[in-house]
Amino acid sequence: MTDVPVRRERLKASWIFRPGVRSAVIQLLLVGLLVLVGWFIYRTTRQNIITQRIPIGFDFFWIESGFSISQTLIPFSESNTYARAFLVGLLNTLFVSALGVFLATVIGFLVGIGRLSHNWIIARLCGGYVEIIRNLPLLFQILFWYLAVLAALPVPRQSISLFGEVFINNRGILIPKPMFGECIGVVAALAVAGIALSLILATLARRHRIRTGAGMKTWPVALLFVLVAPLFAFFYLKVGVAVDHPVLKGFNFIGGMRVIPEFLALLIALSTYTAGFIAEIVRAGILAVPRGQTEAASALGLRRSSVLRLVVVPQALRVIVPPLTSQYLNLIKNSSLAVSIGYPDLVSVFAGTTLNNTGQAIEILGITMLVYLFISLVISFAMNMYNRRIALKER
Amino acid sequence: MSAAFVRMEPLPPQPAPFAATGMWGWLSRRLFATPGDIAMTIVGFAAFVLIVLPLFRFLVFDAVWTGKDREACVNAAGACWPFVAAKFNQFVYGFYPYEELWRPNLVFAAGMLLLVPLLIPSAPFKRLNAILFFGVYPIAGFVLLTGGNLDPQRFVLGRFIRISDYVDLDAWRGMRATFWIDFAASALLITLAVAIVARIFGTRISASLKAMAVIFLALAILIAPVDADFGLRWVETREWGGLLVTLVVAISGIVAALPIGILLALGRRSEMRLVRWASIAFIEFWRGVPLITVLFFATYMLPLFLPGGANIERLVRALIGVALFSGAYMAEVVRGGLQAVPRHQYESAAALGLGYWKTMGLIVLPQALTNVIPGIVNNFIGLFKDTTLVQIVAILDLLGQVRAAFSDPNWSSPTTLYTGFAFAGIIYFIFCFAMSRYSLFLERRAGTSALRVEGAMR
Repeated sequence: MTDVPVRRERLKASWIFRPGVRSAVIQLLLVGLLVLVGWFIYRTTRQNIITQRIPIGFDFFWIESGFSISQTLIPFSESNTYARAFLVGLLNTLFVSALGVFLATVIGFLVGIGRLSHNWIIARLCGGYVEIIRNLPLLFQILFWYLAVLAALPVPRQSISLFGEVFINNRGILIPKPMFGECIGVVAALAVAGIALSLILATLARRHRIRTGAGMKTWPVALLFVLVAPLFAFFYLKVGVAVDHPVLKGFNFIGGMRVIPEFLALLIALSTYTAGFIAEIVRAGILAVPRGQTEAASALGLRRSSVLRLVVVPQALRVIVPPLTSQYLNLIKNSSLAVSIGYPDLVSVFAGTTLNNTGQAIEILGITMLVYLFISLVISFAMNMYNRRIALKER
Repeated sequence: MSAAFVRMEPLPPQPAPFAATGMWGWLSRRLFATPGDIAMTIVGFAAFVLIVLPLFRFLVFDAVWTGKDREACVNAAGACWPFVAAKFNQFVYGFYPYEELWRPNLVFAAGMLLLVPLLIPSAPFKRLNAILFFGVYPIAGFVLLTGGNLDPQRFVLGRFIRISDYVDLDAWRGMRATFWIDFAASALLITLAVAIVARIFGTRISASLKAMAVIFLALAILIAPVDADFGLRWVETREWGGLLVTLVVAISGIVAALPIGILLALGRRSEMRLVRWASIAFIEFWRGVPLITVLFFATYMLPLFLPGGANIERLVRALIGVALFSGAYMAEVVRGGLQAVPRHQYESAAALGLGYWKTMGLIVLPQALTNVIPGIVNNFIGLFKDTTLVQIVAILDLLGQVRAAFSDPNWSSPTTLYTGFAFAGIIYFIFCFAMSRYSLFLERRAGTSALRVEGAMR
């Protein structure tokens, strides 16, 4: 047998049709186009900035702001810089978002479970809540709470008083302000450390249970860490606490702590709105757990609460967590609607007042967008980690 | 031998116990099963009565129905409906000139006429209907609402040569002769150039000629009606407002979002790395920032980015922002649909010898898009609600107009504010509720809904 030389047939088609070449060409074209567009935008922007005499750079950060902010978590006054104003706005955004996420989760779970209740009127009420809340724009709800509900409260002199300590009027809610002695830092540090220790302990106990099957009661030790130790320190160090009560003087209150109505309106609207969506997610998640799981668990002799805690909830969470993440992200992004009622959040303080004062739209809006982008990425990363932990582990 | 005590046939079934059937059974199961249940029922009933009764009294029984100004409502305990009646035009059209109101009305009516058969799955002529709604209607609506007659000056060639030096022709119905000669000449030149380049790379000339002809014909069909003078008065978008703006922003947002979203979704699933990265970056950027910052971006930054950007009208700038934003969200919806198309569909298309665009256009996208229609409708509901944000950049949509009307001293009364909120709320609710029910109906029909699972398990 002789070797027959293999005759390669020459391809007729042009080299341009080779997938590799074509994909390279297309990608090059895309990059070229993007660079071209970017260069075009850069050139026009530079031209516009020069003709309109807009200052550039980030020097404005260190200029005295000259405005005051109605709610600040850190001290702020007119003489502080724009950089500090930015920080105040960011903290306010995070503050209202964190509270909103917490409240929305609580209300959302309650309503979502309530909608599945066998009690007809509860199920109907929760259903009505979900339908109404989800079908009205959030801005509508924020304005409604702000203009129609909170602004309609009585003037300070006719405040609604709760136990003579808390006063509700159209300028917000006044609550007594606790004033601690100087060693409160130690107590706070102890409490934080206690929480951390308890979490570690709980994890260890769970591992122990999984390995040996023997449960361990952890809550007495946790209680000791979280409550008893800080309380002991509180009294031992004689921290002491004084209360600054709100008192009506003339037309307004002095003293105490004032929760501004802008904050209240935003918090109520954000948490009830997002709760409507969370409720639907929770309902879908619970319904996604097959009934056989519940029945099997009862057949094993578990109590009803244990069935829920050990069988239904872990499986429902798998369905609930991914969409829940996007609702949390929505809530944080929606907190920017604060600008419509003047709650001093990041957008309102930085992209609003600071932008109007300095006119440096590109830097300010760029930073604002990047901050939100960063928060979104961090949260979705954290929730992805959590999701991976509770996801179905195929064994 | 017989055993008398052995029963030969089963006992007749006894009626269900009284407590398990009928109205009483329903009550005892659904409302009063346990003491806790009874408490919940009472609380729930109280909440219901406390919310719904005052609402009804406010909206209907205590409401003022007739009147000319605030005098009618100054002592009212209920809604001040004459306020809504007096401001109705403002709420719906903003400050659109009164004698031109037939134009938005015509646009509303035509929209309804085209949309309703499009939404009914069994209605005929879907393709024609879709072309009319997504292709013809936006252009016609634009011309009707603005007045058209944009009068473009130059196309491509005109930027290098002054055509008016060579030709001296009158404009025909507002269409400038120099522009259209410019257009025709440029089209011809570009087509020739493309054909030559394509020939060098081995494509047939006729194919490239055909493709270019289609592109330029489409462009001409797009530009001509916008250029022509139909004798309509120019109405600046500054004068638009109310529900008109809400609908314009929402509908043009979704119509623009579809092509953007499809391209981005295809890009995100592309095998080319740079294309994929660019798509992901674009999508995640717009999805990661709040719409307000996007609107601020469109209002303050866009004018700096574009030459003559300061001359772009406020509403148009906002529309660009909304289109980018909703395009990114649409991309994720479409991506979901693309992922649901089984792999063998791609493989069969490849086996038939179809190229990328034919595979996508003829095989994959039709299936993917049909699957995600409920998602698109849900996206639209979100966008419809989000249009309220344009009032933050000083464009008065429905809610913005209602808010603006609160400060009218002619109608200041204790219940004006609540009436305005009630009116706006009812309008928004009707639109969103109807759409969400429609999307639910589609999901049930497609049988892909989670609800089907729910039904099977109950």
